[in-house]
Amino acid sequence: MDLNDNDVWVTGIGLVSSLGEGCEEHWQKLTAGTRIEPVLEKSAFTPYPVHPLFEIDFSKQIPRRADQRQMGKWQRLGTYTAGMALSDAGIAGNAALLENTNMIVAAGGGERDIEVDTALLDTIGGPQDGESLRNEMLMNDLRPTHFLSELSNLLAGNISIVHGVIGSSRTFMGEEMSGFSVVEIAARRIQNNQGELFLIGGAYNAERQDMLLQLDLGQILWADEFEPLWARQTKGGGMVTGSVSAFLVLESKKHASARGAQPYARLSGILSGRCNRTEGGAMRAAEQQFETLGHGLPRGPLALLSGACGAEPATSQELTFLEGLQDKGYEVALRGFGSVLGHSVEAHFPAGLALAALAASKGKFYDPFDRSGLERPSSDGAEHIIVTTWGPFHGEGMALVEEVA
Amino acid sequence: MKSELLDEKGRPVVVVTGIGVVTPLGRGKDENWKALTSGTSGITQITRFSTEGLSTKIAGTVDFIDIAPLSGQGLALALAIESATEAIAQAEIGTKGSFPGPLFLATPPAELEWEQRKALYTCDHGISETGYAHMLAAARTGQFSEMYSLFQYGSVSDHLADRFGTSGQPISLSTACASGASAIQLGIEAIRRGETGAALCVGTDGSVHVEALVRFSLLSALSTQNEFPEKASKPFSKNRDGFVMSEGSAAFVFESYESARTRGAKILGVVRGCGERADNFHRTRSKPDGSANIGAIRNTLDDASVTINDIDYINAHGTSTPENDKMEYLSLKAVFGDRLIRIPISSNKSMIGHTLTAAGAIEAAFSFLTIQTGVIPPTINCDVPDPDIELDVVPNHKREASVSTILSDSFGFGGQNVCLILSAEPA
Repeated sequence: MDLNDNDVWVTGIGLVSSLGEGCEEHWQKLTAGTRIEPVLEKSAFTPYPVHPLFEIDFSKQIPRRADQRQMGKWQRLGTYTAGMALSDAGIAGNAALLENTNMIVAAGGGERDIEVDTALLDTIGGPQDGESLRNEMLMNDLRPTHFLSELSNLLAGNISIVHGVIGSSRTFMGEEMSGFSVVEIAARRIQNNQGELFLIGGAYNAERQDMLLQLDLGQILWADEFEPLWARQTKGGGMVTGSVSAFLVLESKKHASARGAQPYARLSGILSGRCNRTEGGAMRAAEQQFETLGHGLPRGPLALLSGACGAEPATSQELTFLEGLQDKGYEVALRGFGSVLGHSVEAHFPAGLALAALAASKGKFYDPFDRSGLERPSSDGAEHIIVTTWGPFHGEGMALVEEVA
Repeated sequence: MKSELLDEKGRPVVVVTGIGVVTPLGRGKDENWKALTSGTSGITQITRFSTEGLSTKIAGTVDFIDIAPLSGQGLALALAIESATEAIAQAEIGTKGSFPGPLFLATPPAELEWEQRKALYTCDHGISETGYAHMLAAARTGQFSEMYSLFQYGSVSDHLADRFGTSGQPISLSTACASGASAIQLGIEAIRRGETGAALCVGTDGSVHVEALVRFSLLSALSTQNEFPEKASKPFSKNRDGFVMSEGSAAFVFESYESARTRGAKILGVVRGCGERADNFHRTRSKPDGSANIGAIRNTLDDASVTINDIDYINAHGTSTPENDKMEYLSLKAVFGDRLIRIPISSNKSMIGHTLTAAGAIEAAFSFLTIQTGVIPPTINCDVPDPDIELDVVPNHKREASVSTILSDSFGFGGQNVCLILSAEPA
């Protein structure tokens, strides 16, 4: 057996965001030479700006209306993007491959029936306020199938139903780091002969009050005029969420080569950790991760896609770690992809990984995503790209994506 | 490739050295096993909230742990702490607050409940808004950060990781009713990869709250036989009419055989194999030909390198829904053929109800107790056999039997099917 047989290759990408749909559209907009203007919805959820999804014709990947009706919008978005990734990898419709495709989805869920919730909230403090009225309203007003449209594991369930992925189906939960873990576990399984072909990813629908509420209980959202990532620290920091879905096909080199699938890139290393964030713990954790992953990377230009969420103090701590890399002789070409896509929670790391694999396949890196001056232009290519994702309070992840020579 | 420490496929053998369990039947293995083997039901009338106007008024609830304010998330965390504490104590592994391995947690999707919404909605923050805008303004006051720390999808695992000092980023997962088995599977895979000598695998669920009950009711999934709660869950019976919601937790310390032997740990059993197969037929129903369930069982036998002749007891998924029990029987029949009728099979859910996210873990815990004690717990409420389901369900009374290898099934909504094969030491 070739020593590199179990290399982890990215062989398919499905990506949808406020910028558009598919790799090419993202590539063109993010390398046009003029600074990309983020797409924003500024008024519907005031005081929170969000990056809205563009109008999608879901029937392109989810032909049956009945299927679409059974899904919450985040599930439609994810199922749609999973279909794009499977098509891109040449797996769609191939029963023999789908039967051996292992799926790991990062999901939140919980898209509520806002109308029912609002009607119920209205009764609080009213003359009939109480458990019997609530029971009556829930029994009468909730759509029976609504439960399935908000259930976390049903994004994966819908992908199986619509696209026929039946090798296995797992759903990880837990915000940003679940999106990281789906990739890390898939990669480790490929490297250790626990599967050759994986579909991983996540989807996030930012345009919902219930989703905003879930996050802002911790006061981590940016509730002000939009600013790009690196400009928020002086005002306390905060996340601007974005509707994004990213799915990738990860495959062993051996499996991909045998079926003639072309790689975008190799996922050369991926490491997660969970440190005590006090007293610089996260920076030290990231330094150690970089020492392991970046061991052997030449000093000089280094392309880096940061998944920083904008919340403080995590974002400032990550910047301090990046400054440390400069001191070690790396000329970091930093790109905070949250500035252009928004922060997309479970989908965030898969989206960063998709952007990295895409750049590696093009042999060129992205234009700066903001005007902060922190993101310097780069014409140094994209042979090696570091991608980071940290949770706002816990969890630090780093991956190395490389060009397949 | 097989040696004492490696299995037939050359992978590290994985053993269990600590087990903890809590269900409506009680705290800990001893209380639970006594109740379970004596055919006691843990299903009662719901008193936690008003059931006026609801079609189902019964459930298995854990009411002996005090949580204020009560929430599904809070209870899921408390139950997980109970079971993990018991498992780690039995394994005598690590030091207090420092478990030498990662955490894999099956936990229900996080959600705010009406108690929390009410607190947010009645928060007087001086901004005149209605509905969600009012709750969002309440969130911005910063008074609800505790709510944040409990109601994220990763909250329960974060709290557990802090408390037990597990290593690295914990994984929270949901594969519906197969979740508990998936958590075990992830731990087994990590040990087989050689990444760790030990893993803490936990399944937990505290979801008996009004809206969860209503949602399952609206899907017509629940038994409505409210009059005699203890009789309502009747897996494999002709008059079965749905499952009974329940809650609980089970936790395991799994280790490589090598690591357990090196530190002289008492070995309680072996996880021989795990396998899965996803269904793509329907959101709540399995393929009519059972091929996904059959595939999951066959993949598991294959992973464990055992044949149908090695299995001497099946711990059934057995939910007591008309659909599951029929499909489970047909799938088992397809795999085991004529041998099926000679294998005892019982459903713990007849007594504890369906503990949902925790079920696969709790039922694995009870399976290990069967191996250790030589007692098969019964399927209770077996008064009207279903002529279309020809199984030896160990009706109504426990049975003594020497059991060394068990198949435990879990089949979930959303097509997620996971099975385990558990056996006695030596592997």
